[in-house]
Amino acid sequence: MTSIIPASAHGAPGGGAAVAPRVRGGAPWSAFLLRRLGGVAVLVAVLVLMTFLIVRLVPGDPARNLVGLTASTEQLQAVRSQLGLEDSLGQQLVNYVGNLVSGGLGDSFVTSQPVSRLLGERLPVTAELAGLALAIVIVVGFPAGMGMAAWQHKRRVRWGDSAFTTVTSLGGAMPEYVTGTVLIYLFALKFDLLPAQGGAAPSEIILPALSVAFAPMAIFARLVRNETSAVLGKEYITTAVSKRLPSWRLYLTHVLPNVVTSTLTLGGLLLVALLGGTVITENVFNVPGIGTAVVNAILQSDYPVIQGIILVLGLLAIAITFAVDIVLGLVDPRTVSAVRSQ
Amino acid sequence: MTTSKRRKPFALWLGAALLLALSVLAVVAPIIWGDSAAALSSEVRGGPSAEHLLGTDPLGRDVLDRTLVAARLTLAMAAVTTLIAVGGGIVLGATIVVAGRRVRGLGERLIDLMIAYPPIIVALSITAIFRPSVGSVVVAIGLAFVPQFARLTNTLASSVSSKDYVVVARLVGLRPTRLLFRHVIPNLAGPLLVLTSVGFASAIITLSGLSFIGLGVQEPSYDWGRLLAQALQDLGVNPIEAFGPGIAILITGLAAGLLGDGLNQFLDPRGPVRRRRRRRAATSGGADARTPHAALLAPAPDAVVSVRDLTIAASPESVGAPLVRGVSLDVRAGEILGIVGESGSGKSLTAMAIARLLAPGLHWSAETLSINGADVSDAREQTPVRLATDVGVVFQDPSSCFNPARHVGPQITEVARVHQGLSKRAANELAIERLREARVSSPEVRMRQYPHELSGGMRQRAMIAMALLTSPSLLIADEPTTALDVTVQADVLQLLHRISTTRNMAIVLISHDIKVVSTLCHRVCVMYAGRIVEELTVEDLREGRVCHPYTRALLDAAPRLEPSARQVPLIPLPGRPPQPDQPIVGCAFADRCPLVTDRCRQEDPALRALPRGGVAACHVSTGPLEDLLVTQ
Ligand code: SF4
Repeated sequence: MTSIIPASAHGAPGGGAAVAPRVRGGAPWSAFLLRRLGGVAVLVAVLVLMTFLIVRLVPGDPARNLVGLTASTEQLQAVRSQLGLEDSLGQQLVNYVGNLVSGGLGDSFVTSQPVSRLLGERLPVTAELAGLALAIVIVVGFPAGMGMAAWQHKRRVRWGDSAFTTVTSLGGAMPEYVTGTVLIYLFALKFDLLPAQGGAAPSEIILPALSVAFAPMAIFARLVRNETSAVLGKEYITTAVSKRLPSWRLYLTHVLPNVVTSTLTLGGLLLVALLGGTVITENVFNVPGIGTAVVNAILQSDYPVIQGIILVLGLLAIAITFAVDIVLGLVDPRTVSAVRSQ
Repeated sequence: MTTSKRRKPFALWLGAALLLALSVLAVVAPIIWGDSAAALSSEVRGGPSAEHLLGTDPLGRDVLDRTLVAARLTLAMAAVTTLIAVGGGIVLGATIVVAGRRVRGLGERLIDLMIAYPPIIVALSITAIFRPSVGSVVVAIGLAFVPQFARLTNTLASSVSSKDYVVVARLVGLRPTRLLFRHVIPNLAGPLLVLTSVGFASAIITLSGLSFIGLGVQEPSYDWGRLLAQALQDLGVNPIEAFGPGIAILITGLAAGLLGDGLNQFLDPRGPVRRRRRRRAATSGGADARTPHAALLAPAPDAVVSVRDLTIAASPESVGAPLVRGVSLDVRAGEILGIVGESGSGKSLTAMAIARLLAPGLHWSAETLSINGADVSDAREQTPVRLATDVGVVFQDPSSCFNPARHVGPQITEVARVHQGLSKRAANELAIERLREARVSSPEVRMRQYPHELSGGMRQRAMIAMALLTSPSLLIADEPTTALDVTVQADVLQLLHRISTTRNMAIVLISHDIKVVSTLCHRVCVMYAGRIVEELTVEDLREGRVCHPYTRALLDAAPRLEPSARQVPLIPLPGRPPQPDQPIVGCAFADRCPLVTDRCRQEDPALRALPRGGVAACHVSTGPLEDLLVTQ
């Protein structure tokens, strides 16, 4: 698999002169926070611009596309103003941002409902699905990967590693829509245990969540295995072993924190990727979340809904990335001080 | 290791063969099955039959034929998508590297930021703008993956562009574009090929996904994603319909992934053939060689550590060709024993074996291994917890011996807290006392710091303080000064010396540096190719009364200690020590030894008392050797 993660985040600051003691909340932390917040600001700005441009970049006249060729000039004019296409581009952007700031996402062309209401109904379902999927990924993937590494470290079974690699590669290559189809066939049609129709109810969300989680789970398990093996080979683990700690203590206090640190960055990316998987999976199970809504909106050229949902998805991704950065800073002090050296 | 070695070419060939077969299919399928795939029939949503192996769709068309025909559109779309994603990524990533420094920093940060957006957002936006179609979905996914590939190329290219030849080319004044195409891209060819396969795998999966949810290929065209979506509708009637497109997507994704993984392992210079099977011819005279020196046979009653006939091998099969062979030694309280030798001589392994810290994969055995009179020689038994408090260990590199994610304090106090049940407060006080003893400045502050906040010398002192925490009777120091600045080295050696005298502690000091050993130790064992070849007092060593040709050579290669001898030219030791996987027959030093005789090549000499004094493993030497023996 590719690792899309830079090694730079872990650049060891090296052993220069002893650095004066620092307390959390001091200067490095505010520098670190400021830097990350700056990144967030840029990301949000680009995102807003992107959603703004969606309507403006549509080839031809989006209003004409919407109302059809037979519509009267008045109708066309009405849709135009609804889309905010009458002013100059700059003025349009100002209006768009102004609306966003005051919380207005516009109304759907199809249902005439405010987009914010649609989001209010559908976002919780999507969040539940993504959250449950993430929980599955972590609860299954982490112990599986770490257990495998610990077992191999102790026993060194010759076929162990390659078997694990093969299984996780196969699992990681399963797209969620294929997993979903298989799950529907097995659990809904063949054995009739769970409904094929997705929803917010517990029985309705299990299959979708499993579909979203399956491939990332395998990838995550492999990642954790690799990271744990790497940590187990480190010299500080030899130091810890020389202390003859009970093995639960060794793993809990000496291995786990480091594995978590090195896993977090990729875990954050995985979580962002999970959002994409959720959008697709919702359409497999017809889950009433924002993933099905955005696909319908695209098919119906319902621009306000498209804009609203892409904005929300983007903000979610940005929030996740930011949160991971902050947690990483809390867990691994070197991340914070690395800001200084840059 | 051996299994993964066999897997490598296999993955590569399987992936390549599958992709080739798929490409052939993409070319010929529409020609052969094009008509039959479009032929309607009255058998609507039929189950599998001899005529329709995967059944028929709602219009009565054959699913298998349609799956085969769809290969062309699906693979063509994936290929163009990959081209856009990887091509765009390469251009962006590599351009940033060769551009000026300012552009580079900005560009890299921008790419880092762009990666925060999930590709699906970009893909959705673009399909929203251009309406779902083959063209828009290909462009959408291609562009959506550009930042990721730009980042990967950028990382790769940065590592290449810091290489000497690129730096030189830049100095010579090559234009950036030329630099890019002449020097950077050619060297990236291998990794980029890997990237392309991986890109193709993601492209096929994502494309099919978007088609599946209706945002890709539109009626009447069809690709695997659309076919699978149709199959999902028919799942209750004809579940086998999903089989065709589902498997097709999986196989294609896997084939590309396999090719990428295979290429990656194939190209990775560190990957293959590193761990060759270690097999050495059985050492002739091995039994003889293992007989320890007579003076060492009876364990000294007051010894803190006693080792007899310690043997370490890489695996159970290679016991005949061990890494450490028949090592025996004793260390008394207040004594510093030095073990000196080149890297690979087995000195560190010996030390780690004494501390029972050998890596789990290694196999070892010893006739005796006792610490403070307690026998710990059974390799199968769990190491007694007592060793944690009886033996302190100082490792070579203090920067990697502390866990970087935890404060220094809890790491130092851990043994006392866990094994002696000390309260946090008492343990902290003890730790601060030890830090003070190890001359660590402001110990209270250090306790609350992270390892990276301490300087290298300070970390090593903290490491020593940690080793001393429970007042162990034995300290094992494995190259304690090697990773330190020269100025700090002397301080740390002095510290060890003081500890041994004030605490009357036994210390085993491992070093490759004969100077370090002769400054600090009382007694010295010289190791070569896994064996002790000479044992001598530090006085003899300092005065050059050494008996083994190897020790002699070590001394001649090291700068002399006495000022009067400064002018004597250094004589570098010729040749290299035997590799661990080389067969050793006879004396391991024979290839480099100026005194070598025929007997040396056949029979491994035992460690023995020499007629004119001294203890060495050599057939020829009869006592202390003079300087001038290297005449050859
Ligand atoms: S035994 Fe022979 S080869 Fe080995 S050190 Fe002595 S003289 Fe040299």
